[in-house]
Amino acid sequence: MTEWVWSPAARFLLLLAASAAAAQEPFIAVASTTSTEESGLFGYLLPAFTKETGIQVRVVAVGTGQALKIGERGDCDVVFVHDRAAELAFVEHGFGIDRREVMYNDFILVGPKSDPAHVDGGKDIVGAFHEIAASNAPFVARGDDSGTSKAEQRFWREAGIDPKTAGASWYRDTGSGMGPTLNTAAALDGYTLSDRGTWLSFKNKQHLKIVVEGDRRLFNQYGVMLVNPAKHPHVKQDLGRKFIDWLTSASGQKAIADYRINGAQLFFPDAEGSRS
Amino acid sequence: MHDLFDAFATAWRLVQSGDPTLIAIVFLSLSISLSAVVVASVLGLPLGAGLAVLQFPGRNAVVVIVNASMGLPPVVAGLVVYLLLSRSGPLGGFGLLFTPTAMVIAQVVLVTPIIAGLARQMLEDLWREYGDLYILDGIGRIYTICSLLWLGRFSLVTAVLAGMGRAAAEVGAILIVGGNIAGVTRTMTTAIALETSRGDLALALGLGLILLSLILAINATVQFVGNAAKRVAAI
Repeated sequence: MTEWVWSPAARFLLLLAASAAAAQEPFIAVASTTSTEESGLFGYLLPAFTKETGIQVRVVAVGTGQALKIGERGDCDVVFVHDRAAELAFVEHGFGIDRREVMYNDFILVGPKSDPAHVDGGKDIVGAFHEIAASNAPFVARGDDSGTSKAEQRFWREAGIDPKTAGASWYRDTGSGMGPTLNTAAALDGYTLSDRGTWLSFKNKQHLKIVVEGDRRLFNQYGVMLVNPAKHPHVKQDLGRKFIDWLTSASGQKAIADYRINGAQLFFPDAEGSRS
Repeated sequence: MHDLFDAFATAWRLVQSGDPTLIAIVFLSLSISLSAVVVASVLGLPLGAGLAVLQFPGRNAVVVIVNASMGLPPVVAGLVVYLLLSRSGPLGGFGLLFTPTAMVIAQVVLVTPIIAGLARQMLEDLWREYGDLYILDGIGRIYTICSLLWLGRFSLVTAVLAGMGRAAAEVGAILIVGGNIAGVTRTMTTAIALETSRGDLALALGLGLILLSLILAINATVQFVGNAAKRVAAI
């Protein structure tokens, strides 16, 4: 009896679903870091990839810790982050496969022009952390489990300082992304550790400048990996692999090297076997 | 002061240029918020009316819960919807996370209690005034609720507008469940959050001014239509 009601409705729904599927270009979801998004790299890189392959890339830009969590829960296809130790653990626990190193940039220590800790021009990041702690100058920390945050904590450890207990007054843990942390540092005239990419594209620098750079320990490696399809069967492994292959291919690596802000190169491709 | 002036200039430039990215973002923002408000009204108005009219055990507890949920922190709502829609969550099979649909769901969670709570308050007053008539006439409950909603339609617009205000201004929930993906789930508010974190404060505030103007325009339109409708109803 009710067939005449339901069949047109069902047909309409099918039509809707079909048209939605047809309109839907193939896409992958990539969980990545704020540094790749906020520095503008993805805005430059992804259109080139989409043009070559027809695959759209949907980027969710969060801290490295959260990006890995998104991958762990199976909510993305590819993870593209910068925390080597955490990435290797991610692969080891079976959450990711096919990890490849893609590019690097470096961290820099940013501080106020007045430089109360007298660290400007130095090349020793751990020494500079010592000076900052000794001078009680404000230090603004990410505190969000990101790759940058992990690197910063590593330098404090190497300096033998526990800022959370030593620096109740001068150590400010903002629990936010690189940009907001730089905004806070600018407002407080404080020091902070930043990746170079976000710094170069950051627009609210006020009195901040780079004070320490060039230490080998400031090296910042980016890695890409596929979320393990054995754990999450819905992962688009073919499309995801295409993205990883392209990033590490000659044309992907060249695109990374070509991205510049005011003539300064932000990321340096270093995928294995792609250097010509 | 200089930054504020910059923001106005930026807003004006953005609007004048008719930037297609901006238009897409505005369109997405409005369609998400409007969809959420429509769904929340369909759920919230009958719920509010029901709470105003019906007496049942535990009614007070429900009223307290609805009222408290009016102040539900968006990040909490977002996180709950995130965990539900995540591939590892109970509704993961639908693959809705990081889509506009997920954002509508999160906003429905936020907006429904606001509309229901305000509607209950307004209709309870009406019910006190006219309730005896309905009871005397022995009219059915469903019909009572419907006619009470119709009777209070002009004041209920305020409840719906309050919900719309929450939906359009909210960033915490949609940032979590939408992921702020360029061209897919980036709305006015998440774009403002992104530009702020990039340190482009003038652009961020410029976008904010455009958002404010849109909300103002919606409220003005509703006010105008409402007045016109009242005049027709009075004839």
